Amino acid sequence: MNYFKFFAFLFLCWKGQAQQCDFTLSGKVVDYHDGSILIGAVLSIESQQIYAETDLDGNYTLTGLCPGKIEITVTHPECEVNTFTVTVKDNMNWDFSLEHHTEELTQVTIKGEKFRAETTSSAEESLKTETLENFSGGSLGDALKEVSGVSSLNTGSTVVKPIIQGLHSSRVLIINNGTRMEDQEWGVEHAPNLDINTAANVTVVKGAGALRYGGDAVGGVIVTDPAVAPVKDTLFGKTIFGAMRNGRGTSTTSSLTKAYQSGLHFTGQGTLKYFGDREAPDYVLSNTGNREEDFSVGVGLNKFTYGFEAYYSYYHANIGILRASHIGSVGDLVTAVNANTPNYVQPFTYAIAAPRQDVSHQLAKINVFKRFENAGKLDLTYSFQRNNRQEYDIRRGDDRDKPSLDLELTTHTVNGNFEWNSTPDFTANFGAEGMYQVNFPDPDTGVRRLIPDYKMYTAAGYATLDYNLSHNLVLDAGARYDYINVDAQKYYQNSRWEERGYDVDFGNIIQQRLENQLLANPEFQYNNLSATLGAKYTFSDYLTGRVNLSSASRAPNPAELFSDGLHHSAAIIELGDLRLNKERSYKASVSLEGSAGDFSFGLNPFYNKIDDFIILEPDAIEQTTRGAFPVYEYRQVDAHLYGIDVNAKYRFDAHFDLDGSFSYVNGQDLTRNRPLIDMPAPNWTNTLTYTNAKLNNLTLGLRSQSVFRQTRYPDNDFNVPVLQDNGETIDQTVQISEPPAGYNLFHFTSSIDFKVAEQSNLTLGFYVDNILDTNYREYLNRQRYYVDDLGRNFRIQLKFNY
Amino acid sequence: MKTSKLITLLVVAGALVSSCSDDDNDIPAPVNQEEVITTMNVTLTNPSGEMVALKSYDSDGDGPNAPVVTVSGSLTANTIYSGEIELLNETVSPAENTTLEVMEEANEHQFFYAKSDALNASFAYADTETDYQNDDQNADPVGIAFTFATAEASSGTVSITLIHEPAKDASGVAQGDITNAGGETDFTATFPVTVR
Repeated sequence: MNYFKFFAFLFLCWKGQAQQCDFTLSGKVVDYHDGSILIGAVLSIESQQIYAETDLDGNYTLTGLCPGKIEITVTHPECEVNTFTVTVKDNMNWDFSLEHHTEELTQVTIKGEKFRAETTSSAEESLKTETLENFSGGSLGDALKEVSGVSSLNTGSTVVKPIIQGLHSSRVLIINNGTRMEDQEWGVEHAPNLDINTAANVTVVKGAGALRYGGDAVGGVIVTDPAVAPVKDTLFGKTIFGAMRNGRGTSTTSSLTKAYQSGLHFTGQGTLKYFGDREAPDYVLSNTGNREEDFSVGVGLNKFTYGFEAYYSYYHANIGILRASHIGSVGDLVTAVNANTPNYVQPFTYAIAAPRQDVSHQLAKINVFKRFENAGKLDLTYSFQRNNRQEYDIRRGDDRDKPSLDLELTTHTVNGNFEWNSTPDFTANFGAEGMYQVNFPDPDTGVRRLIPDYKMYTAAGYATLDYNLSHNLVLDAGARYDYINVDAQKYYQNSRWEERGYDVDFGNIIQQRLENQLLANPEFQYNNLSATLGAKYTFSDYLTGRVNLSSASRAPNPAELFSDGLHHSAAIIELGDLRLNKERSYKASVSLEGSAGDFSFGLNPFYNKIDDFIILEPDAIEQTTRGAFPVYEYRQVDAHLYGIDVNAKYRFDAHFDLDGSFSYVNGQDLTRNRPLIDMPAPNWTNTLTYTNAKLNNLTLGLRSQSVFRQTRYPDNDFNVPVLQDNGETIDQTVQISEPPAGYNLFHFTSSIDFKVAEQSNLTLGFYVDNILDTNYREYLNRQRYYVDDLGRNFRIQLKFNY
Repeated sequence: MKTSKLITLLVVAGALVSSCSDDDNDIPAPVNQEEVITTMNVTLTNPSGEMVALKSYDSDGDGPNAPVVTVSGSLTANTIYSGEIELLNETVSPAENTTLEVMEEANEHQFFYAKSDALNASFAYADTETDYQNDDQNADPVGIAFTFATAEASSGTVSITLIHEPAKDASGVAQGDITNAGGETDFTATFPVTVR
């Protein structure tokens, strides 16, 4: 489905298809102050000689409109004349709010703002509520795969990280209700700590164009927005219950909103998930159950000229990690890679044992806004986040029930944004942001800290501009400056300190020397500039093009700087590097969206050049008392990524749609002239949908998902001495590089609506994932060495709107 | 007006943020890695009480330094040695005796012995879980105590591996075959041995 976006005082968007000059625009003209109707307001479209006047109820109807942009002049005896540009695509309903008192504001706004584009010229795609609801029992990462060009990096099926055009983790910002998530996103096995059910709309910006949210979005930005409460007296809610065969569990989410005509509103929402072991076609994936308990509450006041919002959300998840993926040595890894079946399979259970993750995230924020006459809107936000991550390993003795990793990350953020929107063809955003973050790794784990104690301060300022050069050309530009200060205190083993050569380069940062370790105080500053420049050109009502150039700078994250130790689950020694510089990306993207009759399409080619791209690759072998381990070291190379996302849709008739999307990424390490690791394989998805509005909105869909084998991968295989059963030690090649075979899966979806009461709807859904119970392994699943991916799954879902 | 109150709140919050950011002086507590095993001491004693010591010592545990292996002397042919294993964590002082933990959790641990084909010798377990855990009903081997029987003079290597959570009931595991054991390697060492 296409969402055509346009930009004026506010961003607006709606769907539809245009044909002739027979469209109708209707609605009310009201006083934005108190919502009282304005009788006798005249709406005129000079170019088409169409006029209308509001009746005694404030209603107007403009008929016979041609598709395309029209200028509507709204006059009222007690108001100033205002002209507004609207793009007509369909019969539409718009309410105009006019400033009733001429001595005050002279602004016209259109209510009903729903899908707001984040940028003018970047490639963007949104997921709307109905799509997100299908993933109510899953995760944000699962839902985002619906967006072409977005794939995921998985650790099993419950830890799902989004990848945007080949990039993930610290390179993808997640903006949750206006706040940048600080949830230790650096780790590849750290999923976003966010309940998908809090979002009513998710927008993916493929690139660094959304500077308001950060200057380091080398990959892109994911913006999740909660539902906007209406300004009227109402009480409504929604409950979604889902049950799944694979995992034998359920998920329930409920939300309730109370809103008043005055603009005051209250919302509450909660989610519970409970799943046991997942199953591959041939065996149980032991210890892959998960639990999740989340809730959020909000209160806000939404007047036209001012308002506030206070919001609190809590996320807690307990996630089992596949027992068979926990290995103690490279010999175990070799055995696992060579075996076709996992070495640990038990009967199905709901119990979750070590290894597991127990993570919680709290977000509290308060936002106030005020609109100023002849100027714009000022937003001030303070947010507080506390993220706690505990990872439990299989341990011995008294440490058995202690986490091996216990990190508490606390973040305070203050930001202010001023949107200048009082000049018709010109909008600007100016903002400043300050952040203070403390990481506290609990020493009680009895395991040397993977991420050290640190304090981080950042300060940033940005300006973005949008300019309507002509009725079909909009230019946008922006720049952002970030100052980052990281002040860490980290213990190094003396032997590691010397092995890294830090005694030579960083001898002056040692704070304290103990018997076999030392405390260092690395402190780093980064000054980052990022910028964006682009244009959106509307060729016709059926074709829109966007071009965007953006540059982003990303400071190395704590894992890249400080990692130091053995990762039991991966059987690797992971080493950060204090000498890393920031990485810089320069990305060009073009996007074209168009339609011709019943056919519509989107095309998004891109090229991303990244200097000092930080990668993690095996480098050497270290001998320990557990045997030999490969050492994975963070290092920097120059790289480029290019590719294309394509989607197309054809409507056969009123009932049948065919929707296809394809994406391709090519990542190359330019320094060593070889492919980049972990690039999504080309993939192609086609969905045939039947809908019948007359039959209770019956929808039936069959989806075919084809993922090709990734043929471009770096050869990171390494040789290690492995002790054989006969007592000999011989060198064995650990084949970790070669991607698994491509696969093709079929999925079935169906849903039907029932009206159960005047204001209540029930939607019943039945889904089958992996219908043929196909055995497959996915290159971007870190457990691919050990087990097959998920087998067939039956899901039912009940959605109740009231 | 509500807005101004909220702005005040923001300012206060901001002040709180900046005020709690000046406690730079506290030093995080050092962590002495638990569960690290730096040292394996294997003593082989012949019937007349003469001992040969095999030792693998890694000064920094899982740090970059490689373990150092030492063997105190050669073994006598056609002799049955009784062997005993001791595991230590010497990154802490006094050193922690990890063997005690293995004994406490004997049902979850097992040592496996292997030798190179050239070496004429054989191993046998000389203990069971019941030796360490009174409540344990299984008499599966643990391997802290074992026997090492030498045959004719030869030389080769002896490898000893401690597996955490092996499948003790899997085929061959109780007889000392590591093939089906699964679990995780907690410690492994290979010693050069000469039988005269």
